[in-house]
Amino acid sequence: MRPLPASPPLAEADPLSLSLCPARVHEAEGRARRGFALFQATRHDGPLVWILPRHAPQTPLLRGLPEGVGARLYLVRTQSETDLLWTAEEALRCPAVGLVVAEPGDPLSLTAGRRLQLAAEAGKTTGLMLLQSGQGSNAAETRWACEQLPSPAPDSTLQQWELIKNKKGTLKLWTVDWHGETSAFHMVSAAGERHEPAETPR
Amino acid sequence: MALADARAICPDLATRPADLAREAAALSGLRRWAGRYAPLVARDGADGLIADITGVPHLFGGEVTLRADLHDRLERTGLAAQSAIAGTRGAAHALARHGGGVLPEGALAEGLGPLPVSALRIDHDTAATLSRVGLTRIADLVHLPRAPLAKRFGPALVMRLDQALGTRPEPVDAEREAPHFGVRMTLPEPIGLQEDVMAGLARLLERLCAQLTHHQHGARRVLLELRRVDRETAHVRVGLARPMRDPARIAALFEKGVAEVEAGFGIDALRLCAEVTEKLPPEQLGPGGPKLRSEDALADLVSRLGNRLGFDTVQRLLPADSTIPERSFLIAPAAYSAAEEAPPRRGPPRPQILFPPELVSGARGAQPGHPPAQFRWRNMRFSTLRATGPERIAPEWWFDDPAWRAGIRDYWRIETREGPRLWLFHTPQVAGWDAGGAQDWFVQGEFA
Repeated sequence: MRPLPASPPLAEADPLSLSLCPARVHEAEGRARRGFALFQATRHDGPLVWILPRHAPQTPLLRGLPEGVGARLYLVRTQSETDLLWTAEEALRCPAVGLVVAEPGDPLSLTAGRRLQLAAEAGKTTGLMLLQSGQGSNAAETRWACEQLPSPAPDSTLQQWELIKNKKGTLKLWTVDWHGETSAFHMVSAAGERHEPAETPR
Repeated sequence: MALADARAICPDLATRPADLAREAAALSGLRRWAGRYAPLVARDGADGLIADITGVPHLFGGEVTLRADLHDRLERTGLAAQSAIAGTRGAAHALARHGGGVLPEGALAEGLGPLPVSALRIDHDTAATLSRVGLTRIADLVHLPRAPLAKRFGPALVMRLDQALGTRPEPVDAEREAPHFGVRMTLPEPIGLQEDVMAGLARLLERLCAQLTHHQHGARRVLLELRRVDRETAHVRVGLARPMRDPARIAALFEKGVAEVEAGFGIDALRLCAEVTEKLPPEQLGPGGPKLRSEDALADLVSRLGNRLGFDTVQRLLPADSTIPERSFLIAPAAYSAAEEAPPRRGPPRPQILFPPELVSGARGAQPGHPPAQFRWRNMRFSTLRATGPERIAPEWWFDDPAWRAGIRDYWRIETREGPRLWLFHTPQVAGWDAGGAQDWFVQGEFA
């Protein structure tokens, strides 16, 4: 088996564990997955490559993006699914890129997911695939289910980010109040659902 | 002569509009060709060339044979030309436009004497005034005292006269040759393997990049021509995300294109040329270190993506000065634009994700001018928890946008009980809704 890249374990990298394990490819699903990708973009330095199919109607709106993200955003619009995966692989292989976000339209096959992982290891770049529910591949390092929650107060914007797959740690659920402007956020409930055992041996 | 006059004289006259740009290009081509007669050749007006043939004629067997050779060659290519050889630039200019010929040395004044004064490169008014006072030929001017002539007709006339007669020097100011970035290689034996072509390309690239470095240019588009034994030519073109002259990095971009080339019976000649170049001053290497390296890596990535997907698909968002959401940013190709810091946020919040307006269905429970309490969008049912607004955005009257024909829009930020926070709008100026009809609501964006 290939040696895993020397990266800090998830729990030690960030006490809140909301950061993605570097040099790996992760997946996000759910209605608020694009918001989650932008939140991760604020927490990664360097250029951000966002890959969309050409026919996708949505665009990031520059004036609504978090601070400092707009200037380092590269938008790539690809004609076909193959081009999209190729672009994601090339971007992951480039060590200068901070975060690669891709929105494939089809379910990600195990081969494609594994290729993306190898590319991420080669370039030491983090990737995040935005997918519809249940279309991820088994090769993903972590998978996040992202939903927005109705807010009790008018000035809060609650998000629920749930880790539903984690190769190197436990599953967890966070409810945070992230207003979408900077990388700062408020924890709403620190108590999440924990699956025993809390610390899996690595 | 006006076109109408010319048509009146000759009804069958064939006319064509002048193409000044192509004429100038043809003339500059002719200028390069004329380099076979003299080291210094310059353009002389829009329709002439001037060559400094000092020390050259004996190579052709004398001035007369040189001129005959020039005319022979031009005639063979189908060009009608007039030419003259004289001791000064002004005299040659005058004689070439009035008969042509060769003026022997020391006979400038005699040779120029019978020519009209307008041959002296003076403006039309001066020439008309001179002929009005009876000075129609250059011979009339030569013997006149200079001071009253300058006082009466201006210093330009005296200057031109002196230049024609050789008492004032006038060099030929040949423009510099534009650098040409092209190299070629012919092979004694045809090659067919991809590695061989890449090895040849590496040698060519080294020479090309040396040329580029010498002229402080960087290539933006590079063309590789592979000539096959059977006289077919294959072209491989690569674009670069920014001006570049690093052989190894350009060679890496050629790999895919070269692999697709059909070698046939073999390739026996390679030609590499930088089609588009830009200024690239020498840059400091060394302590600039990691930042420079990551910029290089990113430019390589954009080049790779651009060469496969097209350079217009790798985009960058630039801020624009407009309140209309769709036009508050510009989409620019990343290879041809620089990143700009977005202006600080002001005013009401904007959604993170924007899409074309989508009509909501099943809107119920709306008071006039207020968003509906329940609606369906993308096959999901939503009920409004909180609505913030309206923010009224007026169309730009100076820009006719079909999407904004419905007039002003009232935007609301809707927080739904189901979670998503949406950006809804309706158009109050559309007739009908205030008369009891239902309002149409559209979703255009999603907030964090």
